[in-house]
Amino acid sequence: MSDYDSAKVAEIHRHLHSHLPSEPALRVKALESLLVEKGLVDSRTIDAWVEAFSEEIGPKRGAAVVARAWVDPAFKARLLEDAAAAIDESGIAGNATVHLKAVENTDTVHNLVVCTLCSCYPSTLLGVAPNWYKTAAYRSRAVRDPRSVLQEFGVKVAPEVEVRVWDSTAELRYLVVPQRPAGTDGLDEEALAALVTRNSMIGTDRDLSPSGAEAG
Amino acid sequence: MDGPHDLGGKEGFGPIDTDEVETPFHHDWEGRMWGIVRCPGGAPGVTLDWWRHIRELIDPVDYLTRPYFDSWAQTELASYINAGVITLDEVKAGRSATPKEYDAEVVSTAEAIAQSSALGTNYARAIDAAPAFKPGDKVRSKDFTQQHHTRLPAYARAKPGVIHAHHGAHIFPDESAQGREVAQHIYSVVFEAEDLWPEAGGRRDRIYLDLWESYLEPQ
Repeated sequence: MSDYDSAKVAEIHRHLHSHLPSEPALRVKALESLLVEKGLVDSRTIDAWVEAFSEEIGPKRGAAVVARAWVDPAFKARLLEDAAAAIDESGIAGNATVHLKAVENTDTVHNLVVCTLCSCYPSTLLGVAPNWYKTAAYRSRAVRDPRSVLQEFGVKVAPEVEVRVWDSTAELRYLVVPQRPAGTDGLDEEALAALVTRNSMIGTDRDLSPSGAEAG
Repeated sequence: MDGPHDLGGKEGFGPIDTDEVETPFHHDWEGRMWGIVRCPGGAPGVTLDWWRHIRELIDPVDYLTRPYFDSWAQTELASYINAGVITLDEVKAGRSATPKEYDAEVVSTAEAIAQSSALGTNYARAIDAAPAFKPGDKVRSKDFTQQHHTRLPAYARAKPGVIHAHHGAHIFPDESAQGREVAQHIYSVVFEAEDLWPEAGGRRDRIYLDLWESYLEPQ
């Protein structure tokens, strides 16, 4: 049983530091082997989760939600009001967080999501978070200097545009709804979804014009 | 705890690798680690918040320099060792000292997809207490931390903010990390950048944080 004793765990970490191999692959292998030998985990289940998140569960789910919001104003209104319920009602796969908030970019507002305390991310809608999202560089800077972070991603936000940073340190997860680019009136929902980048749903991409209005 | 994990606003970290290839897993071991934490089970008594605290307790140099999923491996091992399910000697030997004791559930890919499409964990709880704040109220975050787990980031301690929204009551992480389930009202609180950072005067940036009621006081 867990005893919730910080000092004891810190000591366990020091032992692990000394006794685990230094290669990450070997550390994970050591963990998997012990769990499988004890019957706590089955390797086939690990395979299944890897496969689920390799293809089916990923940013295409979030993109389908955004594209629906672009073509269906009633859905968009519901999404902004109660994102979990809206996705559930729509039949779009992907909602597995009860506490999901959708935040909308406009001409005057840009949204950016981070978790400064760990790596909270709407993974059932966007898949496995990119490594940069989990780095000290992104987590430290996104709340303090979001405009320079955006600039590194090639996103230029005019000074008069308000930047809203959502530091998702609790159990609410945030999905940025990017703006529908101009010149896409003739596109159907599927073609629109193909324009929606993963980064645009985190907030590190903004202009989704097919022509690629922004450089790099 | 005032650990290395509490990174918001810390300076000196370099550029972000914006050229990272967009793929779920960059190495096989990242996928294995992702899969392990999604398997049913886990060490007894491990709440999400206790697991997060175990990760925060990794040596600061390791926390900041080792790969992200590597820290998950160490956290998982530490959680099992702390709970007495795996021993340090077994880790050193690289093998279990006891015969197979359990019969792990086998989940197929289709079942995994179905499980994650179903509504996930609900952290909301009904509580009797009325919310102390309402949208528009001016608040101040407390000058608060504790040596165990908390979700009030250091950069947002003792700062003025405004209640943006009330999200009902959620399980309180400071207690959940110690195995106790207590719920509190939780609010989206908006802070002006210039109230958080000395250099941010005149910038139109706002930072939104979801904070539990006991982290806040009226302003």
